[in-house]
Amino acid sequence: MGWLDVLSWISILAGLFFILVGGIGLIRLPDVYTRLHAAGMTDTMGAGLVLIGLSFQAGLTLITVRLLMIWAFLLFTSPIATHALARAALHGKVEPIQIDLGGGDP
Amino acid sequence: MARILGLWVTLFAVWLLLSGHYTPLLISFGMGSCALTVYIAVRMDVADQEGVPFAWAGRFLLFLPWLLKEILVANIKVAKIILSPSLPISPIMVVFRSTQKTDLGRALYANSITLTPGTISTGVDGDRVEVHALTWRDLGGWEEDEMGRRASKVEGAS
Repeated sequence: MGWLDVLSWISILAGLFFILVGGIGLIRLPDVYTRLHAAGMTDTMGAGLVLIGLSFQAGLTLITVRLLMIWAFLLFTSPIATHALARAALHGKVEPIQIDLGGGDP
Repeated sequence: MARILGLWVTLFAVWLLLSGHYTPLLISFGMGSCALTVYIAVRMDVADQEGVPFAWAGRFLLFLPWLLKEILVANIKVAKIILSPSLPISPIMVVFRSTQKTDLGRALYANSITLTPGTISTGVDGDRVEVHALTWRDLGGWEEDEMGRRASKVEGAS
């Protein structure tokens, strides 16, 4: 096992860790808006670190270019999906749980 | 015209990277489908500065490493919150003013906010950006201000 393998596995395992924590967050957090924050972890760091780990396995080949492109497209599309979900929830009159800071302003 | 040509070259470069088949027949198919895509983009009137912002590309590439660093920091922060037994969240909705002049700049700003876990943009209306934050303490550092400044920089002076 070379040092590239080691780097690759560290990266993949770290990615899996973030995906797992995202899943735990999805269960632990109280409402749809806070759960979106947890879901956001899986498609930024989670997917990103797994893809980086896989590209260490592939080396300097076209496959690495494609893996990085997958991540790039993910970074462009996932915030739009998150945004659309949050908007849909707001439109459906799902009240976000909020702390009270004592101010009157919404 | 330069933009249209540039779009075609970019599309074809992506095609070459994704295809992996380099026989004359398939390459000519690739060139043809890229030309068709550019034609449709022109017909749809989206091949303008907003749809194909080549002028921003260099400055965007300078913005990207900083954004990735922010994503990493925010991920670790949110992971800590989720894993701590007391679940120390204090969700809140706030409104930011965006300083960007163009719609594309605002989209960049709002998407950057959403990409960093812990903050989600839930609505953009003019220069108002509604943000849902997982903890209000996170907003104390106003990293969104820094983000807004950097997103405005990507827009350039024009």
